[in-house]
Amino acid sequence: MGATSGVQFLPFKELELLFQQFIQAGYSIHAPQVVDGAILYSETESIDMLPRGVVDHQQPGHYRLTETGGSRYFSWSSALQGVKAALFPPSEVLWSAEQQAGGELDFTQVLAPQQAVALFGVRACDLAAIKLMDRHFLRSGAEDPWYQQRRANLLLITVSCSSASGSCFCASTATGPESESGFDLRLDELDTGFLIRSGSEQGEILQAQLGLKEAKPEQLAKADEQLHTVATQQQRAIATNDFRCHFTGQEESPVWQQIADRCLGCGNCTAVCPTCFCHREEEVPSLDLQGSLHQRVWDSCFSGEHSQLHGVPVRTGRRERYRQWMMHKLAGWHDQFGESGCVGCGRCITWCPTGVDLLEESARFVRDQLRDQS
Amino acid sequence: MSQAAPTPTRVPMSAEVVERQQESSDVFTLRIRLTDPQLRQQYTFQPGQFNMVYLHGVGEVAISIVSDREDHTLLNHTIRAVGRATRGLEQLQPGQQIGLRGPYGRGWPMELAKGKELVIVTGGLGCAPVVAAITAVEQQRSEYGRLAIVEGVRHHQDLIYPDRFQHWRQMERTEVVLCCSEEKAAPWPWHTDRVTSHLQEMDIDLKNAVALLCGPEGMMVAAAETLLQQGVSADRIWLSLERNMQCGDGFCGHCQLGRYFICRDGPVFNWGEIGDLLKVKGL
Amino acid sequence: MSRPTVAIHKFSSCDGCQLAFLNMGEGLIELAARVEIIHFAEAGMVDPDTTVDIAFIEGSVTTAEDELRIQQIRAHSGLLITIGACATSGGIQALRNLQEEDWCSSLYATPDTIASLATSRAITEYVDVDLELWGCPVRSEQLLAVLSDLLHGVMPGKLSGVMQEPLCQSCKRNQQVCTLVSLGKPCLGPVTRGGCGAICPRLGRDCYGCSGPLKKPNSESIERCFEGLGLLPEEISRRFKMIHSIHYQGEQ
Repeated sequence: MGATSGVQFLPFKELELLFQQFIQAGYSIHAPQVVDGAILYSETESIDMLPRGVVDHQQPGHYRLTETGGSRYFSWSSALQGVKAALFPPSEVLWSAEQQAGGELDFTQVLAPQQAVALFGVRACDLAAIKLMDRHFLRSGAEDPWYQQRRANLLLITVSCSSASGSCFCASTATGPESESGFDLRLDELDTGFLIRSGSEQGEILQAQLGLKEAKPEQLAKADEQLHTVATQQQRAIATNDFRCHFTGQEESPVWQQIADRCLGCGNCTAVCPTCFCHREEEVPSLDLQGSLHQRVWDSCFSGEHSQLHGVPVRTGRRERYRQWMMHKLAGWHDQFGESGCVGCGRCITWCPTGVDLLEESARFVRDQLRDQS
Repeated sequence: MSQAAPTPTRVPMSAEVVERQQESSDVFTLRIRLTDPQLRQQYTFQPGQFNMVYLHGVGEVAISIVSDREDHTLLNHTIRAVGRATRGLEQLQPGQQIGLRGPYGRGWPMELAKGKELVIVTGGLGCAPVVAAITAVEQQRSEYGRLAIVEGVRHHQDLIYPDRFQHWRQMERTEVVLCCSEEKAAPWPWHTDRVTSHLQEMDIDLKNAVALLCGPEGMMVAAAETLLQQGVSADRIWLSLERNMQCGDGFCGHCQLGRYFICRDGPVFNWGEIGDLLKVKGL
Repeated sequence: MSRPTVAIHKFSSCDGCQLAFLNMGEGLIELAARVEIIHFAEAGMVDPDTTVDIAFIEGSVTTAEDELRIQQIRAHSGLLITIGACATSGGIQALRNLQEEDWCSSLYATPDTIASLATSRAITEYVDVDLELWGCPVRSEQLLAVLSDLLHGVMPGKLSGVMQEPLCQSCKRNQQVCTLVSLGKPCLGPVTRGGCGAICPRLGRDCYGCSGPLKKPNSESIERCFEGLGLLPEEISRRFKMIHSIHYQGEQ
């Protein structure tokens, strides 16, 4: 790892210094903030915008924030949206076409301006999600240039979790609560400050500039204990991390219709899922008819157009669409990318208006399978 | 099925419509030439691959590549005018420009088929994606065994490429069967039944054959099951699938079927890979 | 290519959808260079009877005169495109379709001076409609997308892009917070078609379905959800009916 500063202690009063360093190094900072009663990542220059003393309460179909007046910045678990948009924006122009006077068409790739972004306060589950998205968008030999550029400009500052919401289950997917790798800087929050360590050369440089003291053994012990507590705090767990054998031959299971009876088909689960990568490509033509932008826009396998072929959807209803979503996320991902597509953030459960619970529904297939075998 | 060809660019290349031919009431072929001579030189494709064809200001559609017998610098795309973009493409005239990116996907197993008999079963417009495969066989005729081409349409007037079928009929060791399923009587040499009725009677050793299927999914499944019964093994029955393809390269997620991205892992699959998935409705 | 001719007709409506043309600003000038606007009373061009390539219809049919006029317009229009809630489903004034008693005399002092039909109905109930643009009002972007397709020589998809997906998708792409899950408000977004840009949730207000129901809304499930938020059946029913008296309830 090449980290020489080791684990140091960053008192809360020095946090502003860290932000200043990001700014001086040319980064724009994206950090969690309270927006309309939920936590979202957006651009800021000040630590005053961080959701200090805020706790999130999450249950199926339910999300509330409360202010506790506590001193911690990260006593909440997950934001409404993860950090997906920083790498894979909700809409993004890919290329433009311009028709010349003689009828010739010119095509130009459109890449966003190079802008280094420091993504501050990335939770462990979202860090795990970035690794999965990398597998998809940075497929060897066919890297997606738009994702690749954003990824190269990203500095990841993760914060291990010190509390779990009612929807969290990262301990069971082995993607949290500790941020183990894939970060530039890692923070572990204590009552008066953060333990800080670096995971990259860039992180190392930034950390060294802070001139901090080494963390004390009791601080390290406290952080370890905290991680252990969060993991045991989680009331939920995924039944297995590989559903392939449990879904085999279950395509016509009555469970899918039972889910479809509750599912609204709104696709909120896919929109908040940090690993859902589906997008449609569409034209934004200019009114002069000469120019046209070709953009990609987040799409959902719950929309009618998603599977449309010759004007008719292949997946005709919510039953087929939920089946696609869950089978892909929990089984298809293994075949496609060698891992489950679920990172245990629980967003699909919280933000489902009717509280369809991915864990409960998927567990039914494990139970059904066991019952069939006995 | 590794392909040495370079990864295609994700941004279209400009191309010019050289000729436009009406194949049937709603099917037409665009003969296209890349405008950049260097790109034209570099461009190669495997039989069964497809391009994303862009109509200015409207959008892209995935269309399989039909090789051009007369001029290898031309790419033919045979298109049915069914949707918004294809109806727009239908109106293009020679001289107009479009965008093209590709080729994408895994094509027909032409290497695997060498030294074996070949059965090509197609339905309707499904005969377009196999043209390049048949051309490849023709160019290296001695490398392949006997060839049987079975094409089914609803009405005999629906047949596209009549001259191509005529030409194939005259190739050595080649048999061509044409069927129309919705007619009681049809002129010679038409049969008034389905393609599956002819798979047993072809002058071909099915035990040593590779089958290439392309057409409506129901037809392909029926043909594959018939061939399986005749002793063709699952890994020698190849199908070309169609799904909603938008990026063409396995990113956008629309064309997924089970574990596959049809655009990237296919569009050509063998029955062993895909058969089970095709039997589930709405997967 | 000669410029296609366009008419914008008004029936019973608030004129808000016509504003979607006027609000294009500079775009309207650009548009006027691409199409020939023959009839658009709100912008000062009055010629309702000339044959046109494209007719946009705002408003619902509420009078005997409307019934006649829509037939005439259909006869001399190439494409007929309805814009907005009134034209596509009868609009807010179709609430009267649900009334059994004589609503007219309960509202007006001299009801006999009002010559209107007992119902307000969508244009499609009278003539063939080539394309429906939902919204209350429609947005300039929707009109531009349709016009752009037509000018590029293609027929716009019956329902494409955002207009076929649930409103929640626009809301989430805007990175907005869910009013249903985080505020407990009875938001109709999950069963309502997109296209409006999710403007209400952006302001913390729950969607009231002005863009109309999705093709096959799971109304039973969202009803149960609203009951869970404490709404009475009557309140839920009123919510479904407010803008589009045609129902969200029951799969269509």
